[in-house]
Amino acid sequence: MIQLTESPAADLHQQRRLPEGGRVPFYARLWRFLRKNGAWLSMCAPSVILLFIFSYLPIYGIVIAFKNYKAGRGIWGSEWIGFKNFEFLFTTDTAIRTVRNTVILNLIFLVTGTIAALLIAFLLYELYGSFLMKFYQSLMFFPNVLSWVIVSYFVFAFLNTETGLINNALEKYLAGYKQILWYQKADAWPWILMIVNLWKGAGAGSVIYLAGMLAINPEYYESAAIDGASRWQQRWHITLPLLRPLLMIQILLALRGIFSADFGLFFFVPNHMNSPQLYATIDVIDTFVYRSLVKLGNVGMAAAAGLFQATVGFVLVMLCNWIIRRIDPDYALF
Amino acid sequence: MTTQPLSSARYNPWNRYRLMKQVSRTLMHAVGILLSALCFLPFIVSVSASFTEEKALSKNGYGFYPPVFSAAAYDLILKVPQDILRSYAVTFFVMILGTILSLLVMAPFAYALSRRDFGPRKFFAFYVFFTMVFSGGLVPWYILIKQYLHLADTLWVMIVPFLVNGFTLIILRSSFAALPQEILDAARIDGAGEWRILTQIAVPMAAPTLAAMGIFIALGFWNTYYPALLFINDRKLYPLQYLLYIIQTNMQMFTANPNVTGISVPTISLRYAMVVLIGFPVLFFTLFFQKYFVKGVYLGGIKE
Repeated sequence: MIQLTESPAADLHQQRRLPEGGRVPFYARLWRFLRKNGAWLSMCAPSVILLFIFSYLPIYGIVIAFKNYKAGRGIWGSEWIGFKNFEFLFTTDTAIRTVRNTVILNLIFLVTGTIAALLIAFLLYELYGSFLMKFYQSLMFFPNVLSWVIVSYFVFAFLNTETGLINNALEKYLAGYKQILWYQKADAWPWILMIVNLWKGAGAGSVIYLAGMLAINPEYYESAAIDGASRWQQRWHITLPLLRPLLMIQILLALRGIFSADFGLFFFVPNHMNSPQLYATIDVIDTFVYRSLVKLGNVGMAAAAGLFQATVGFVLVMLCNWIIRRIDPDYALF
Repeated sequence: MTTQPLSSARYNPWNRYRLMKQVSRTLMHAVGILLSALCFLPFIVSVSASFTEEKALSKNGYGFYPPVFSAAAYDLILKVPQDILRSYAVTFFVMILGTILSLLVMAPFAYALSRRDFGPRKFFAFYVFFTMVFSGGLVPWYILIKQYLHLADTLWVMIVPFLVNGFTLIILRSSFAALPQEILDAARIDGAGEWRILTQIAVPMAAPTLAAMGIFIALGFWNTYYPALLFINDRKLYPLQYLLYIIQTNMQMFTANPNVTGISVPTISLRYAMVVLIGFPVLFFTLFFQKYFVKGVYLGGIKE
């Protein structure tokens, strides 16, 4: 091993008076490393241990997807069955249905959510600085902090059959209206969930775009206004092009997660466990995995679906991250 | 405008411009009020439902004000408050301990990751990133916690698995990395150890971000339901949100209570009274910490 004079090992030779040309013993290098990094390593330790237990050990557990898991025999005691769980999963309609629902609904949420957040940001930008703007922002932000359980009660107040606001109002003002059993109407639920999702998320989603708009130099708008551009023309021709990098990044960030659904939204709001008639349109991978695991006790299939989701999700994350890095490395995960 | 002739005010284009501006501004405020009202509406409906007499509720349905006022639901909760009080205690315990532990565990790690001189920095950063892009899925995680760690039906299952979170770590690391490094280096030259630099210099300087993250973590623990859904069967350990989910289908805790025999239980208004009692604290929380919430959402958006 050739030691250069500037190298840390050479320093060590001088300090510890080790024989010239001799190899620095392992324990000495370790000691030096620990002395330099010990405090930082102790800062890392708790998080590293927790992540190891709750994030890395479960990765080891993906072998369950290839086994006929029996709780009594443990992970290693259960017999290997190869890809049987996956075969079983993909021969049922459920797998294709849940994957399709997850992707389509997430895409609907992404498009409508982005447009709504942009429109709210436009509005708040116009009113920026007035006292009422803060007030609007507070109220529109409020749904975002509620849990999905509470939101599910709100939705119930609007949709339940006999006493719900919507049925009551339609009955009152629409002659010959027959009550709709909303909680059994599968076709309506993608749109109901879209509205609920917008209601909860649009206000908070606008924060990032508002911040992006405030960073745009107002002189652009002033000169456009002098040239006769209307407000909407300014938004379309100045704001949107300038927000484009931010918009692209936000869309890509959302696309990363297109294979995983917001469990609370799909579980609580449609009262998932008690409305199997809605599964055709709004059963998603996450609810399916939960149901298979906890209610049906089909551990192998749940594990296979979970592993499939994680793998496709991983590919998507890597792909989107690669694109994000090419647009703006600051936003990339790594 | 002093240069404008005052006599022809009626045909003055400048006035017309100002009028248009006023009109559009009023319109925009109208839209703002409408959207805010839409966001707040369900809450009013719930409060109204909780104060409506049960018979009127099942006859007239939900509304924006109670047609027949009654506080029977709240009376009943006051009569048998044990379950909801215990759930409050569980949720507060989980929230306070969880938030404190979470910040205590993550802040030092984020700080170490932000230090350029820290040798294995890249290794640990990758260690975190990997957990964000790949996971074993729900099943192995569930089996690990239930059958190997035996955390089911304990308070810890709602805290410990959720203490470290990659996204929060990244935000915290960026906020530490954005501190003026010369100050930290100067402290180091003056002989301060890394722990001392962290606690006495870096943490106070990064306090706004830490506070924003702390509030988000606290909110997450307040809204916790997922671990309860998977692991908690003991009703003494129900957190608030899970209790609310349970009473959707099962009002036994009220109907089977010996203290309420002979009283007809107002099931609908009772549920909405619980919604109000569980939703209101978050409302106040949000109003007081609005600044931090917005900051937190913003930070999450730019570096998620």
